[in-house]
Amino acid sequence: MSPLLQVKDLKRHYEVHVPSGLFGRKASLKAVDGVSFSIEKGQTLGLVGESGCGKSTTAKLVLGLIPASAGTVEFDGTPVTARHDARWRALRQRMQMIYQDPLGALDRRLPVITQIAEPFEIHYPQMPAVERTERAAQLMDAVGLRPDMAMRYPHELSGGQRQRVVIARALALEPDLLVCDEPVSALDVSIQAQVLNLLDDLRERTGFAALFISHDLKVVRQMSDQVAVMYLGRIIESGLPEDVFRRPQHPYTKALVSAIPTPARRGKRERIVLEGDPPSPVDVPSGCSFHTRCPIAQASCRHEVPQLVRSGSHAVACHLVNSGAAPAVQAAE
Amino acid sequence: METLLSIKDLTIDFDQGKRFVRALHGVSLTVARGEVLGVVGESGCGKSITWLAALGLLGSRARIAGSVLLNGQEIAGAAENDLAGLRGGRIAMIFQDPSSSLNPVHRIGRQIVEALKLHRGLSGASADVEAARLLDQVGIANAKRRLREYPHEMSGGMNQRIMIAMALAGEPDLLIADEPTTALDATIQAQILVLLTELRRDTGMAQVLISHDLGVVADMSDRVAVMYGGRVIEEADTGSLFDNPAHPYTKGLIAALPDIDGPRRRLESIPGTVPAPDRLPPGCSFAPRCAIATKICDARMPAFLPYGESQSHFAACIKCRSDAPSEAAALADHKNALVPA
Repeated sequence: MSPLLQVKDLKRHYEVHVPSGLFGRKASLKAVDGVSFSIEKGQTLGLVGESGCGKSTTAKLVLGLIPASAGTVEFDGTPVTARHDARWRALRQRMQMIYQDPLGALDRRLPVITQIAEPFEIHYPQMPAVERTERAAQLMDAVGLRPDMAMRYPHELSGGQRQRVVIARALALEPDLLVCDEPVSALDVSIQAQVLNLLDDLRERTGFAALFISHDLKVVRQMSDQVAVMYLGRIIESGLPEDVFRRPQHPYTKALVSAIPTPARRGKRERIVLEGDPPSPVDVPSGCSFHTRCPIAQASCRHEVPQLVRSGSHAVACHLVNSGAAPAVQAAE
Repeated sequence: METLLSIKDLTIDFDQGKRFVRALHGVSLTVARGEVLGVVGESGCGKSITWLAALGLLGSRARIAGSVLLNGQEIAGAAENDLAGLRGGRIAMIFQDPSSSLNPVHRIGRQIVEALKLHRGLSGASADVEAARLLDQVGIANAKRRLREYPHEMSGGMNQRIMIAMALAGEPDLLIADEPTTALDATIQAQILVLLTELRRDTGMAQVLISHDLGVVADMSDRVAVMYGGRVIEEADTGSLFDNPAHPYTKGLIAALPDIDGPRRRLESIPGTVPAPDRLPPGCSFAPRCAIATKICDARMPAFLPYGESQSHFAACIKCRSDAPSEAAALADHKNALVPA
């Protein structure tokens, strides 16, 4: 069986002007630089990484919202391009998305039920208005919104309720793939749990696959069947959440995992603190892009770009790990 | 331990034009010398305004009552001139977004020297030397060159270090850090948390760490206060609070957090949302969202009483004390309260 979504060697480079000398110079910002992954039907892939690592650009490329510089995206065997023609719209019907800021994703001048019913209006113009409203009301019920909220405007709802409206609208056409870009980052802890549980329930009921993007490793572990860790436009480690987060191999993943403060681990762990800031994606370091901050980097890491090497379900892009020469940086198991 | 700052029965009412809305309902907190107090709660529960009010930073639309003692000296309602010396001098504050706290059109050096001039009376070369030393202390390499840069030339993590350097300029006894790492990436957050821990070790400065992130607070604090609906609803030593939480809201917050270790479990969410300050329920403000609430909870806000054996664990919940010997007293208390005056 071929996967639902197949992404191969996806790249997105932007031409930018950087200040240098009198007129500046042209440079290439490599937002996404050769990313490959696949998502099976009904499965969730979690994408983690820090800001600027290319997570959100990957999401936009997958949906065909921006054109790729190189590489391919195939959805159910059909290539996804950024040409917004009838074929793309037909595909988009089956690929929906949820963003971080629900207020920005909703129209403030329309009552929420109209917005939830809008996908029917666009994709099924022949559907009678009564049926549209009825379906929208069912969706509201499914995401836990009370019927009396139907005629409210987005500003009259709380942040969690707004995100529920966005989820209801995204699920209106029963998509096969849901791209969630930081869907709970703007929400308070108690509301975050509500929305994560809701997504989990809906996934069980309707069986959509998801690309779940977040900077929060705990949230990603909670939601994903597979995870991939990104650094400067590349996937540097991927596998099952249990393997990647419990037995991280790549020094960057190790540092990320060790840096998460949780109540359960208080005082018991040793943090691996990385030096410095992530480099700018305009000036990606040569060789392994992580070598400038890596605690175990060697001379060879500066020259050669490491490839993702798979062993079982776990894949790592690190020369030292893959040659078996990695010294232990793990502080505490 | 010697008390450095003590807030007692602090209330804040915001002027809404026609009426006043009470945002803080009698908050009492203390910070001892050299101690780190964590303050957690969701947005709108009053964790930031408590400290802004204590420093007189809320402006004229807020009506503040209660007492704020710094080293035994009353600073609530103190004259603006007196407060100006305290702010940045005795008590410093850093915020979530460092880039909006720094002046974008002045060099870093000038902004740090300004603080040094104001609080320590330094100027000229001695101020420059001290500014470079402060940058060094907050872990910025190449301090001399960095002093000549502008905030936009630095990353968010660097700017937060600059803010901390400025806060240290007045050699404060207390640093109030309001969500200091919320806007930062995970690896940078780890750097800033290590820096705050080192500063505490080296200078003995007390800290108030305000955060919505239970993990950060658990990691950094000696004692934790949990706020909800403009009140402190639980307070305890960090170990006691996370190992043996009393209040259903605290329990709920901990259970709502996904884990990074151990088996995956379904998250336990707290139903409903935080009530708006002008729509608080009559009794316990958490009762409408509470799984164990009964009629008795709607009668009035429960008192903030000791919990369990510990002398330093307090919670404001009638139900969580139901197996403690004080239950009869609480019930009797409750009956008295129901008798109309």
